[in-house]
Amino acid sequence: MKLLEELAQSLERGDSQAAADSTRGAIELGLPAQRILDDGLIAGMAVVGRRFKAHEIFLPDVLLAAKAMYAGLALLKPLMIEQAVATQGKVVIGTVQGDLHDIGKNLVGIMLEGAGFEVLDLGTDVAPETFVDTAVREGARIIGLSALLTTTMPVMRKVVEAVEKRGLRPEIRVIVGGAPLSAAYAAEIGASAYCFDGISAVETVREMLGVER
Amino acid sequence: MMPAAPRQILPIEGGAVVSAVATVLEAQGVPADVTPNRRTVELAEDAARMFQRLARPIGVWASISLADFAGVFGGEGHNAPETPVDQTAGRADDLALFAVTVGDALPSRIAELFARQEPALASMLDAHASEGAELAAHHLQNRYVDWLSGTGRLGAESGALRYSPGYCGWDVSGQRRLFDYLVPEEIGITLRDSFLMQPLKSISGVIIAGHQEIFDFENTFGFCEECSTWACRERIGAVLGGMPDETA
Repeated sequence: MKLLEELAQSLERGDSQAAADSTRGAIELGLPAQRILDDGLIAGMAVVGRRFKAHEIFLPDVLLAAKAMYAGLALLKPLMIEQAVATQGKVVIGTVQGDLHDIGKNLVGIMLEGAGFEVLDLGTDVAPETFVDTAVREGARIIGLSALLTTTMPVMRKVVEAVEKRGLRPEIRVIVGGAPLSAAYAAEIGASAYCFDGISAVETVREMLGVER
Repeated sequence: MMPAAPRQILPIEGGAVVSAVATVLEAQGVPADVTPNRRTVELAEDAARMFQRLARPIGVWASISLADFAGVFGGEGHNAPETPVDQTAGRADDLALFAVTVGDALPSRIAELFARQEPALASMLDAHASEGAELAAHHLQNRYVDWLSGTGRLGAESGALRYSPGYCGWDVSGQRRLFDYLVPEEIGITLRDSFLMQPLKSISGVIIAGHQEIFDFENTFGFCEECSTWACRERIGAVLGGMPDETA
């Protein structure tokens, strides 16, 4: 449908006003919220993600697209609740205890939301048990951990251990990311995956939850 | 004999720590050889104005003897076996510990922008703040060099280079003793148990001053392989080659 194509394209241009206008138009036409979400907002962000991965566009372009996505999502959310639209799955994210850096974590959250996941962002300086408690309470199957300091990286191991101790593996998986991290470190602490950036986080979560796109 | 100015607190003029748009865009992953689109440039310019309005850069430096620095550098015993920091410091004429910050208003504003779903501006402001902290550190280093020059302690073929805990083999746990000696709490910088400085956009370390030849080394330390920036090369090049100092 042309209106949803325009919505997707408005995201690619990072045009928040156009995204809001197209979303409003689609709602007024009576289109189902799920369709507006899938064929408009998520479709637009998927193109943005692909172009970013191909180095055709850069981080500021992605974030302008995200702002446009939020403009549309703000209008769509009441309808999504009313129509009980299912998300692609829930992901709990946060920066581990002792660390206050949150830019990388925020960017991952934005990319996950853009891919249709429900993101429960616990913020910074989050205790291991809080991650696990939230995942259990909310029925999230993925916990995403961020750390920028070498001194706070060991907290990630504590989260993995807390998940194991409560017998929640493999139902709940822990993925990790942050500048000082590596795939080797992720494997060493027993994390399910290391994500280099927001795009790889989306791909990893999709794969783990069996989401196709 | 050392003049009586072993420690100075220096407020830094906001305009001195505003980075060029091109520098900030590169930090945001836009390659230098790519012409950014108009919206991206406008975003960077908006963030620059916001940064200049909110930044409260200030720094402190304190002279330190080699013996005292050895104690600070040793930290909690987690440094790499060999580092350019202790090797260079051991041949230096003068050493000073330093800390700078661009203030606590910026991290708050960045968080607020993310919460308001303005991620592009938030991220750009964060990049300005990070680059601004680097410029503040450079500015402070220059003022320390000026002070050394004014006392006749820095010759024509001398230069200065700075290192920070967490880099180049100096374990981040070294922050504790650095803070004990320098007391940057006086300018609003505190240290958490994880050795994280607050405000987030703060830098601490040592400024090593001496003859140019002491700064030259090969990047053959074990940790150099893990380094993604090799930013030391540019700074060392500036000392060795007398490159113009854009922030002086």
